[in-house]
Amino acid sequence: MKIGVFVCHCGSNIEGTVDTAAVAAAAREFPGVAFATDTMYTCSEPGQEEIVTAIKEQQLDGVVVASCTPRMHEQTFRRTVERAGLNRYLFEMANIREHVSWIGKDREANTNKAIDLVRMSAAKLLHNRPLLSKKFEINKRVLIIGGGVAGIQAALDCAEGGLQVVLVEKTSSIGGKMAKLDKTFPTVDCSSCILGPRMVDVAQHPNITLHAYSEIDEVSGYVGNFEVKVKKKATYVDWKKCTGCGVCMTKCPSRKATDYFNEGIGKTTAINIPFPQAIPKKAKIDADFCMKLQKGKCGICEKICPTGCIDYSQQDEYVTEKVGAIIAATGFDLFDWTVYGEYGAGRYPDVITSLQYERMLSASGPTGGHIKRPSDGREPKNVVFIQCVGSRDKSVGRPYCTGFCCMYTAKQAILTKDHLPESRSYVFYMDIRATGKNYDEFTRRAMEEYDAKYIRGRVSMIYPKGDRLLVRGADTLMGTQVELDADLVVLAVGAQAAAGANQLAEKLRISYDSYGFYMEGHPKLKPVETNTAGVYLAGSCQGPKDIPSSVSQGSAAAAKVLGLFSKDKLESDPQVSMVDIKRCIGCGKCMKTCPFGAIKEIDFRGMKKAEVIETICQGCGICTSTCPQGAVQLQHFTDNQILSEVNALCQF
Amino acid sequence: MNVINITSSCNSDFVSQVEEESGQKLSLCYQCGKCTAGCPYTTEYDIPVSQIMRLIQAGQKELVLKSKSLWLCATCESCTARCPNKIDVARIMDVLRHMARREGYSGVKTVKTFWDSFLNSVQKNGRVFEVGLLANYISHTGRFWTDMGLGPRMLPKGKIHLKPSAMQGREEVAKIFSRYTQESSK
Repeated sequence: MKIGVFVCHCGSNIEGTVDTAAVAAAAREFPGVAFATDTMYTCSEPGQEEIVTAIKEQQLDGVVVASCTPRMHEQTFRRTVERAGLNRYLFEMANIREHVSWIGKDREANTNKAIDLVRMSAAKLLHNRPLLSKKFEINKRVLIIGGGVAGIQAALDCAEGGLQVVLVEKTSSIGGKMAKLDKTFPTVDCSSCILGPRMVDVAQHPNITLHAYSEIDEVSGYVGNFEVKVKKKATYVDWKKCTGCGVCMTKCPSRKATDYFNEGIGKTTAINIPFPQAIPKKAKIDADFCMKLQKGKCGICEKICPTGCIDYSQQDEYVTEKVGAIIAATGFDLFDWTVYGEYGAGRYPDVITSLQYERMLSASGPTGGHIKRPSDGREPKNVVFIQCVGSRDKSVGRPYCTGFCCMYTAKQAILTKDHLPESRSYVFYMDIRATGKNYDEFTRRAMEEYDAKYIRGRVSMIYPKGDRLLVRGADTLMGTQVELDADLVVLAVGAQAAAGANQLAEKLRISYDSYGFYMEGHPKLKPVETNTAGVYLAGSCQGPKDIPSSVSQGSAAAAKVLGLFSKDKLESDPQVSMVDIKRCIGCGKCMKTCPFGAIKEIDFRGMKKAEVIETICQGCGICTSTCPQGAVQLQHFTDNQILSEVNALCQF
Repeated sequence: MNVINITSSCNSDFVSQVEEESGQKLSLCYQCGKCTAGCPYTTEYDIPVSQIMRLIQAGQKELVLKSKSLWLCATCESCTARCPNKIDVARIMDVLRHMARREGYSGVKTVKTFWDSFLNSVQKNGRVFEVGLLANYISHTGRFWTDMGLGPRMLPKGKIHLKPSAMQGREEVAKIFSRYTQESSK
């Protein structure tokens, strides 16, 4: 084998602490190396041309590039060697940037380590074999998990692009958090007026199958061919017959059921349709509050229902959906603010969350759009807003900025003035983060035109004083402690990862950060991809996002899926396990350890043998380390290849 | 500063009065601090000018009017020139000084006495008569030795005179003062 070695300067990133010319000179002495040089930027166009030219002129049949991490440019250089006629697996990369130049300052030691890494790569390359991908069929359907605005956008874009879409929503209606909002910033347009038609589109689109009140039970398979088991939770109502007339709600005697849609402001009936614009507009029974299901008495809804759709014996149902790609759009939950003793820890009825306030502002909400104190129904005069509740606070494990609270608080201050012109709004803030288009102008308008009084500082305590609340905090701009007499306190509660996000991530085999938000493939360049092929992200499940960003990401994820499905077949990764049938003793250990079920037992002339299903194998390598015979070998990482690296490193 | 109750101690009449007299909108101030950053007298102020702005927004009339800063302001207008929101901060300081004077506050007595002596001199002579101003100022403050050394050097150069100059139109100037007294007593 004739190997060419290219040692990259990466400007001064590598050359700053590594003598690349010396590395190239040392590489010329390694077995098999026929050519070695150092280049300024190997990944640049002239850098890649240099490789192509050297392969042709020197008749090279293997290439080592010593530069950055393979995560950055392995694909780039594989394509380069392919362009020059070599198989893409006759290429090795030595990471002398992240593993050498960026982590050490001693030029001599760095140079020696870089030489070692190049020696290892060259030694492995001598054992590399050309590998070829196989093509496999894909199922051009997409599963979208979560029917919030991001999921809705992704579903509609995919459906418009001609794909069959399966949309799974946990609650009994799509719409997500946006459906709960009264108005949206910075335009103050009605939230349900802009979202409602999109929800209807989802219901009516011939390409979209909606599973509401459903959850993901199991996910198996791989990009192009996932199999997803969806649990359709029992609603005790036959949705095929239910017309959404709502008669059951008017007669249900159990009127103290938790009203999740209205964030607990007010109560609802045990059988309910969460809100008038719900999609699907179907009733479901909250079993915890249903007298018939709890005590066996009542049954009024069954008697009254004009279509006879009530079914108290209904059980959870499972359906299996076969799809080629998955978009996770599971959104966020609100931070549990009751950990803050200083805000009353939930003891004072007139201290509410911003989302509860939003329901109060909404004309279709439990107060019919009237701002009333939960304690006595009186209209408040002084409304105090507190920002950063569960944001930017290490003490409660939420050091990140939720990013949209500044904006919705300004909106709520504006709406408060619209609803109650005599009222006064006070906003405690730390910084005003209004970085979107027309956002800062909006917060300024709240102060300049709607007379919202902004106070820079945090609140130290809230306590009752007569029938009002006394709010004590700081005004750091005045440099003093301040007190306010408040009638209503609204907490701008931050966002956290949705409940159950971690379990879903494990089912999808995607990673999440320490706060439970899903990890994107690359923070800048792969914002909607995950590191699992065929699984994409949209909306706040990846990190808190406002509506425009969630919608953008929904569309971006849809574009990625449409791109993936633009090919009729996908290429499999040939870096998978292979069984050497001569060495296999049929012990079955590999089958037991494989986490993907990618190894099956076959009968070979009456003998038990293992066989790898190439399209399912993910190349994790667990089987190779389990096999007592060394019969299973992970291609491109065979024992011989790895041992040759070890030998190259440990020769002295 | 003690605890301030923002809701009950906010004097909104004061806020609107400052806005009306200065022609400036106070909610435009977003507390960037550029006025304080450029103010040459901040080292002498008891309350920096940006904080004065914040206190007016919060309607803290007494704290603002008793401040020394109002009297130490040199009206250099750096604050006005630099304000990103085009607020005429120096104009607001001037308005506050007037309000303080009307309501009997004098954060820095010597400065107020100097201004009073200056205006008296102009009222009487049509323009300032330096030696008379000094005599008036010294007699009210007892600061006999302040700038005493300058007199003997300025006299021979004709920079100051022992008698007020007989300028034309001193009656007209006096009329301005009487009109001001009439108008402001309305």
